[in-house]
Amino acid sequence: MKPAPFDYVRPGTLEEALQALAGHPEAKVLAGGQSLVPLLSMRLAAPAVLVDINDLPGLDHVRVSADGVRVGALARHAAVLRDPDVARVQPLVPLALANVAHATIRNRGTTVGSLVHADAAAEMPMVLRLLDGSLDVVGPGGRRTIPVAELYVGPLESSLHHDEIAVEAFFPALAPHTGVAFEEIARRHGDYAMCGVAAVVTVEGDRVVKASAGYLSVSDIPTVVDLTEALDGSISDASLAAAAEAALEQLDPETDIHATADYRAHLARVLTARVVTAAYENAREEKA
Amino acid sequence: MTTRMMGAKVQRVEDDRLVRGTGRYVDDVAPDALHAAVLRSPHAHARIVSIDVDAVLDVEGVHAVWTHEDLEGAMADPLPLLIPHPTLTHGRTQYALAKDEVNYVGEAIAFVVADDRYVAEDALARIVVEYELLPAVVGIEAARSGANLVHDDVPGNVAARMEQSNGDAAAAIAAAPHTLSLDLHIERSACMPMEGRGTVARWDPDQGRLQVWTSTQTSTGVRAAVAAKLGLDLGQVDVITPDVGGGFGVKIVHPWPEELLVPLAAQRLGTAVKFTEDRREHFISSAHERAQVHHVEVGFDDEGRVLGLDVRFWHDHGAYTPYGLIVPIITSTQLLGPYKPGAYHVQFDSLYTNTVIVTPYRGAGRPQGCFVMERTMDAIAAELGLDRADVRAANFIQPDEFPYDQGLIFQDGRELKYDSGDYPAMLDKIKELVDWDGFESFRAEKAAEGKRVGLGLACYVEGTGVGPYEGAHVHIETSGKVKVATGLTSQGQGHQTAFAQIVADELGVRFEDVEITTGDTRRMPYAVGTFASRAAVMSGSAIHLAAKRAKEKALRIAADALEADVDDLEIVDGVVSVKGTDSSIPLGTVAVLSNPLRYAFDEASKAATQFNVGDPTKPPVAEDDEPGLEGKDFYSPPRSTFASGMHAVIVETDVETAEIRILKYAVVHDCGHLINPMIVEGQIHGGVAQGVGGALYERMAYDESGQLLNASFMDFLMPYVTEVPTSIEIDHLETPSPLNPLGIKGAGEAGVIPGSAAFAAAIEDAERLPITAMPISPSELFALRQAHAQEPK
Repeated sequence: MKPAPFDYVRPGTLEEALQALAGHPEAKVLAGGQSLVPLLSMRLAAPAVLVDINDLPGLDHVRVSADGVRVGALARHAAVLRDPDVARVQPLVPLALANVAHATIRNRGTTVGSLVHADAAAEMPMVLRLLDGSLDVVGPGGRRTIPVAELYVGPLESSLHHDEIAVEAFFPALAPHTGVAFEEIARRHGDYAMCGVAAVVTVEGDRVVKASAGYLSVSDIPTVVDLTEALDGSISDASLAAAAEAALEQLDPETDIHATADYRAHLARVLTARVVTAAYENAREEKA
Repeated sequence: MTTRMMGAKVQRVEDDRLVRGTGRYVDDVAPDALHAAVLRSPHAHARIVSIDVDAVLDVEGVHAVWTHEDLEGAMADPLPLLIPHPTLTHGRTQYALAKDEVNYVGEAIAFVVADDRYVAEDALARIVVEYELLPAVVGIEAARSGANLVHDDVPGNVAARMEQSNGDAAAAIAAAPHTLSLDLHIERSACMPMEGRGTVARWDPDQGRLQVWTSTQTSTGVRAAVAAKLGLDLGQVDVITPDVGGGFGVKIVHPWPEELLVPLAAQRLGTAVKFTEDRREHFISSAHERAQVHHVEVGFDDEGRVLGLDVRFWHDHGAYTPYGLIVPIITSTQLLGPYKPGAYHVQFDSLYTNTVIVTPYRGAGRPQGCFVMERTMDAIAAELGLDRADVRAANFIQPDEFPYDQGLIFQDGRELKYDSGDYPAMLDKIKELVDWDGFESFRAEKAAEGKRVGLGLACYVEGTGVGPYEGAHVHIETSGKVKVATGLTSQGQGHQTAFAQIVADELGVRFEDVEITTGDTRRMPYAVGTFASRAAVMSGSAIHLAAKRAKEKALRIAADALEADVDDLEIVDGVVSVKGTDSSIPLGTVAVLSNPLRYAFDEASKAATQFNVGDPTKPPVAEDDEPGLEGKDFYSPPRSTFASGMHAVIVETDVETAEIRILKYAVVHDCGHLINPMIVEGQIHGGVAQGVGGALYERMAYDESGQLLNASFMDFLMPYVTEVPTSIEIDHLETPSPLNPLGIKGAGEAGVIPGSAAFAAAIEDAERLPITAMPISPSELFALRQAHAQEPK
């Protein structure tokens, strides 16, 4: 379990980093390394060059403003998780981050790195998708913003170009009269979930006017389902069941060594009801 | 005044070093060594058509690349079959490097030595092997069918068939008022020590001597194997076992291919060579255990007393049988636990499969046996509508029946004769600890909250401290410090602490003044190893006996010096004194006097020179005496001593998600006299954690082609601290063993044994559906619920 030979560069500026990427079609960007380094060690990935961006200045920020949370490419999960302003402006971010692996991994792994890795079993890509956020990237042609709807194009595949570096993610703020909730079920604490669901619910009075849920580990790309129509304005056993069925129509749970497809679908049903109900309760408290 | 150390919760002296990261493991030895890596078979079953290593020779930094063709003499022969048995009619072992055929994914094919492990792995990638694929035999069902064979010359894949009985079980079952039959399955798991296997060797060409450091549970075993395979005399080989990061059984297997290839490389290349196993290698090229399928027929009376028990089981032995039949023999004998069936018959088939070899893993066949027996007890109780604890009580061996002969032959070739125990008292304790009688009201309380809970109980007996022997050497230095060597190895058990407690008590010296060395053949070349919960029993007893000898000699010399009678002397805090007087002499001075000197080199040694001591008319060292204040002795018991225990667990099974949560875990444990209750409880905690792993998380997920799908800690679900009970309630019972001077029994494996049995019982009790296979995951429990809901009632 030792990596195949690779060249290693550690640029001090973004320009140098972009040049390094441009010069090596086989290069990979190294930030926290929590997904990449194990792949290297198992020789499942063998990039010719690693471009280590940890020395790039001004990318470790967690900036919170009224419209949302901006997370720099070198901000560690742990830094985002412990920022009290993040929780205030968009509580779903820390709710999900607390479920990202273990403390040691969160201390090193970056939120933006996880977004770029585009794993449909990982919390943060799904959360970005559910919140309709975006990712800013810089390439030879300058900086551009990729809306999340255009970010995830296939299993473990994002629409970033090879010569681009993601520099900042944007998680929009919690809207008024809106509640969020998150729950996942994993074999062990901190493992990838067998199924996880996050919900965002907006109310007017007691009535649900908008609801959507994001799903972990039951589809091959981060998937969000609009449940507004299925819930038809109210929270009841029947409407929750209808919402879960609506969601399952867009999900594709698979069997692996940890759980059967049937069980994952069952968990999707159970968790949809739990998190939509919890988000609804939070939205009503928000209103009060 | 020295207080008695035996039985005290003495802080482990090892921990400061180990917890601070200053332990010294094999990989820390010889940082300048060359590194070895092994090419392993990617196929479960294949013929090797050709191996081309030419491309490796060009790789810069590569010093050697070997295949089987490069091995000579005994090194080219199959590895030893360590524990032969008459019924192991078709024993097979692998070669250090595969010859012609591979039989599991991970089997060693080629060996590369390079400047570092990176270069060595780059070199492996350039070796080209042409394989002719053969059908893989994976799992017990495939092995039993015999449609494909692992070894061409082993019909039906049967390595061994063994049968034992006590009475006529078939007749007893036929005549019984009630009968049941059960089919019970246990999956594969593995030891998973934090430190994998590892070996470093250095050859001294001037002296013709080999030094080997290896992460093993038996340094003397490795020494003998290396000497035999390399054609060296034992006296040319030292094997040293430094700190070992866990063994749990896998490191009693020896010699591993690398334990021979590394010393051979050191000898051939004339430089230090190192192999450090990585985690993936540990999954696919060390050893696994546990997988067995059992069929039970039982006949019983109205009180649930077992009149006849017939067990047939099939043991998945993996590709080879280097450690003989120890695991299935233990299942077949220890299955009986604390019970005395009217008659018993057991038969097992040990089957080859194209998977990693199976050798003892902590518990070693007992978790399976316990699962079978305890599931049977629960089934009897359910059938008769009796309390599960009452059915067990009706079957217990009674305290006045010891020694109790089960009428079988145990894994050590000796009678399965229990030395002592008190199972009824133990049952009372566990029922109290888990509030057995209050459980139904707890269940009702939880049901009112919409929750589902269940209670499980499992009992076991464990033969510990198997022979043949261990020895110890105790040396009292002139400084008064006591240096003790015993040959078996330490993997973190706390031997330095527990053994020092024994010495401090016996010699009357301060605990801090005792230093223990284990696993170094230079200090104690006669030893067996650390396995079968035997270190405390075997080496503890040997150390006690050796300390006693040193003490006798110290008292004899002191009596002479103090002009007193031996019987009037006592040793306290390292000072020998005449009781009730201030006449005394430090043990260090006694050590000086024990060694008549010609030359003085300091003030203390002056006292032992020829003009100062001794009767000038007699030899300075008497004919039947030796210089020095030392004691050496060996302990060799007639048979094992039998520890016992009972575990009870309360679980909640999530009504919606089928998750299984542990609400309470209780243990009553009897290992005779306790040397250090804190260490025993630590052993129980670790064992329970492994029991949780075996019951709820761990399995080896082989696919049909023999690929191990979860060969990493990401997918092999060893429980984290978050998955094991936050507290484990422990109570002890102490029924001393009459077989050794300290009255102790082994405690190393106990905690893991009843895990699967107790969890299966608790989940069954919560769910009201039969649990017949372990481990069980939430996904599997969900599937059982679905299947059960569809069954006609």
